[in-house]
Amino acid sequence: MHSFWLRANAVLTFSVIILAFTCAMASVSDCFNSPSPSAQIQITNINWFQKQRNGNEEVSLAMNITADLQSLFTWNTKQVFVFVAAEYKTPKNAVNQVSLWDAIIPAKEQSKFRVQTVNKYRFIDQGSNLRGKDLNLTLHWHVMPKAGMMFADKLVIPGYRLPKEYR
Amino acid sequence: MDLLPYSVLILFPCIIECMIVTSALIIWKALMCFTGSESPVVVVLSGSMEPGFKRGDILFLHMSNDPIRTGEIVVFNVDGREIPIVHRVIKVHERQETGDVEVLTKGDNNYGDDRLLYAQGQLWLQRHHIMGRAVGFLPYVGWVTIIMTEKPIIKVCLLM
Repeated sequence: MHSFWLRANAVLTFSVIILAFTCAMASVSDCFNSPSPSAQIQITNINWFQKQRNGNEEVSLAMNITADLQSLFTWNTKQVFVFVAAEYKTPKNAVNQVSLWDAIIPAKEQSKFRVQTVNKYRFIDQGSNLRGKDLNLTLHWHVMPKAGMMFADKLVIPGYRLPKEYR
Repeated sequence: MDLLPYSVLILFPCIIECMIVTSALIIWKALMCFTGSESPVVVVLSGSMEPGFKRGDILFLHMSNDPIRTGEIVVFNVDGREIPIVHRVIKVHERQETGDVEVLTKGDNNYGDDRLLYAQGQLWLQRHHIMGRAVGFLPYVGWVTIIMTEKPIIKVCLLM
């Protein structure tokens, strides 16, 4: 019971167990964090709004996104993935969620930000239901840890409306 | 030690080996049951989700009947490809009557969406393509699997 290999095996097994336990504790420590993020989104301009040849409507819009996500970061946070999605209903689809913009925030220092941007991904409907449509712009965040459970949440900001006419 | 017969010295490690393999199998099957997913743990093979997931990390998956929504990191199989892909959902369109859903995904570190990866002519993923959602992750642990898969000689050495 004293050979080198048996001792090496015992050390390795023990260290793996300790590592697993440390990762689990790191993940559990995230539960004690109660985040209070805030955000505001303004649509500054509808750049264009057209119907494509296949009958699907497309919108291009410019937004101002201001957010403070500092409270989401803990010592076990590797990055926060943040994105803005437009959410709306149509007669054909009960749920439509289209991601318009996203960013990766690697550190707490960069999590209080103000961005002026055009939608990064094309906002195309399945059909032509967007004229005068009411939408929610929801800011979602996904906290990715250094080890352990990921968690995601969102802030729904209702009250946006697309124009009634193409431009 | 000199009094132990040689047969026991050979049998002892074999039994330990069998016990290790059996307990690994039990844990794997229990995880499959617990998470409701066919492969509850996957290894990240590409860098398309960096810096969040790097090659060699492992992801814990969970599948539930909850609807698929944007932002979720899903693991899906494309018809004709054998290796599943782990990317984030960026668009969701869910039908009113049937509840069928059409989903578009994209890797965080990729410039464009995944339509290039889908089958010829396929524009959306449906529910049946999706194997699970990533809910947790551990860094670096998957390198063991990558090394064993890419250099099978190591697998043989470890098991000896």
